[in-house]
Amino acid sequence: MLGFLFRRVLWILPVVFTVAAVTFFLMYRAPGGPWDTDKPVPAGTRENLNRRFGLDKPLWVNPDAVAAKRDQGVDNPFTLGRAYLDAQFPNYMIGVFRFDLGPSYASKGTETVQRVIVDKLPTSAKVGLVALVFALIVGLPLGIASALRQNTWVDYLALFTSTIGAAVPTFVSGILVLIFMSQVFGVSPIRRPEEWEGLGRAYLLPGMVLGLGTTAYIARLTRSSLLEIKRQDYIRTARAKGLGETKVVGRHMLRNALIPVLTILGPAAADLLTGSFIIETIFNVPGLGREFVTSIGRRDYSMIMGTTLFYAVLIALANVTVDLSYGLVDPRIRVKR
Amino acid sequence: MPPTIGRPHPTAWEPLMATVAPVATPQPRESSGALTLAERRPGRGLWRDAWRRLRRNKMAMAGLVYLVLLAFVAVLAPAIAPQNPVTSDVRTAGNYRKAAWLDDANPLRTGDWTYPLGTDSIGRDVFSRLVFGTRVSLVVGFVPMFVILAIGVPLGLASGFAGGRIDNLLMRLTDVVYAFPSILFFIIMQISFKDTGFGKLLGGLILLFVTLSILNWTGIARLVRGDTLALKEKEYVEAARSNGASVGRIILRHILPNALGPIIVAGAFIVPGAIISEAVLSYLGIGVRPDVSVDTPFPTSWGQMILEGSKSWQAQSWMLIAPSAAIALITLAFTFLGDGLRDALDPRETR
Repeated sequence: MLGFLFRRVLWILPVVFTVAAVTFFLMYRAPGGPWDTDKPVPAGTRENLNRRFGLDKPLWVNPDAVAAKRDQGVDNPFTLGRAYLDAQFPNYMIGVFRFDLGPSYASKGTETVQRVIVDKLPTSAKVGLVALVFALIVGLPLGIASALRQNTWVDYLALFTSTIGAAVPTFVSGILVLIFMSQVFGVSPIRRPEEWEGLGRAYLLPGMVLGLGTTAYIARLTRSSLLEIKRQDYIRTARAKGLGETKVVGRHMLRNALIPVLTILGPAAADLLTGSFIIETIFNVPGLGREFVTSIGRRDYSMIMGTTLFYAVLIALANVTVDLSYGLVDPRIRVKR
Repeated sequence: MPPTIGRPHPTAWEPLMATVAPVATPQPRESSGALTLAERRPGRGLWRDAWRRLRRNKMAMAGLVYLVLLAFVAVLAPAIAPQNPVTSDVRTAGNYRKAAWLDDANPLRTGDWTYPLGTDSIGRDVFSRLVFGTRVSLVVGFVPMFVILAIGVPLGLASGFAGGRIDNLLMRLTDVVYAFPSILFFIIMQISFKDTGFGKLLGGLILLFVTLSILNWTGIARLVRGDTLALKEKEYVEAARSNGASVGRIILRHILPNALGPIIVAGAFIVPGAIISEAVLSYLGIGVRPDVSVDTPFPTSWGQMILEGSKSWQAQSWMLIAPSAAIALITLAFTFLGDGLRDALDPRETR
């Protein structure tokens, strides 16, 4: 088990490396560059900026630098190797392994990418947290009610609403909720910056809309696992020995039924974090997701790379926890190998 | 038991869940050669049974009927749309004319049944645009599904059947695709190829198909691989092999038919996912580009309309409500149909 975990975590490295390479390739294919601002930057400044951030170097490898070093009479293989890799992508990746994501080009290097991520992540995380809490306090009761009253109108209503919740994309429900709130209650979609500090009211709507899909999923998961447990022998035993309904449901059914729900919370949290940037765009949340979308528009290469890698690591870790959690829920699918 | 292991499911983090396909529990099938059974005893075969179960499912049938209706709307769009979706005469149409049943102080904004859902900023009929938008959504949903199945199913079969190094390589490849934040990949692909000749094919539709296929083939490949791994150990496969059946025959006649149920269900869930992706991209302004030539077959998409509507919903709220509702309804229809197919094709999972 431990060996499996170790191998899975180690496997994240090549995966993230590939993600980085593909993103890098696609990013540089896109027309434009980080210095294409509304006010044109003079060619000289542009050159200086490029030199300062190493953007004048070749993209993947730098054979010219090796030749230059050779001409100087250097033949140390390590120095030559480093010169060969003195190109944009290798330099970036070496930085990443030192936990240095580089300067944000949009800020002309005054801010580092990890600074921006650390600054913006809490806002996104808070939206995700509200979504998760909302999903739990609505989804669980919905699923429980649905399973305990199977094939009654309660069940049908709960199933219907959770299907709608799962099917309607958040960006549609987000827009509709926003319009509804501003038309009917006069809630302004534009919030003052200080409203995003702390965990204020501003997070309520985006969080709830973001959590809709998870709510529906938790409801369906709770329902199906409760229904399976309802038919188990030990439930019949519990009833037969005269246990009260509350105890049967609370002690015997819920406790077992909630294990699958618990195991999805990890990946759900990772997903709510990464999936939030459409919500952030709609609700004008100053979070990491919106920062990412803006950084693409600005061709802020290092910011794009940094956020993509950050998300990729998060997703890869979530994948590992999913694999592990299945073993925990159901010993029949224990990890072999 | 975790439901729907490795099966596409319309929830946000399903790509994550799907990664467990390789360790999924094998699904027992009713019988081997399902197709031949159906031919010999009409009315009792797996497929007829499934169809009967599907027909009894009211929500699934409602979804199916709605989708067939939409298909007609898409094909007959020029006949159904009351106005041309691209051209307009602002002097008669007015701009931001309200929906037909709404009144306004300005006679050019008062609803008129010539323009059932009103008009947009340059007097184009919203309802006609909605009708034509059906085309993009259906095409964007279905074409990638077929491409994805055409790539994923053979690869999954080969990988599961061959095992060993090929299998390992394929699974590592799917790991990489899974780790890509999908919506970010979409955005980056759109930005880097949008202005190339390839990106402009069919107004960007081809680029969208390619991106969707790259992102989604792995789910199907993993699903099929998992099923193949389980199915190739079955007695009837061994029987076929000892009868001297070739590998190709075993795969095509014995494994594929038995893995078809989950494949169909997964296919049904790919479509709404693709439609939503298109809409999100268009909403972010980087999806299908609006076409303004008079007789274009794909003048706009619903996502495009949501983008336009979200800019002017205060003047003409139906510009936003109509396409949003259209997307919500089509994804709902596919979800109901997909759930129904799952229940019908996978009797073990029904309760």
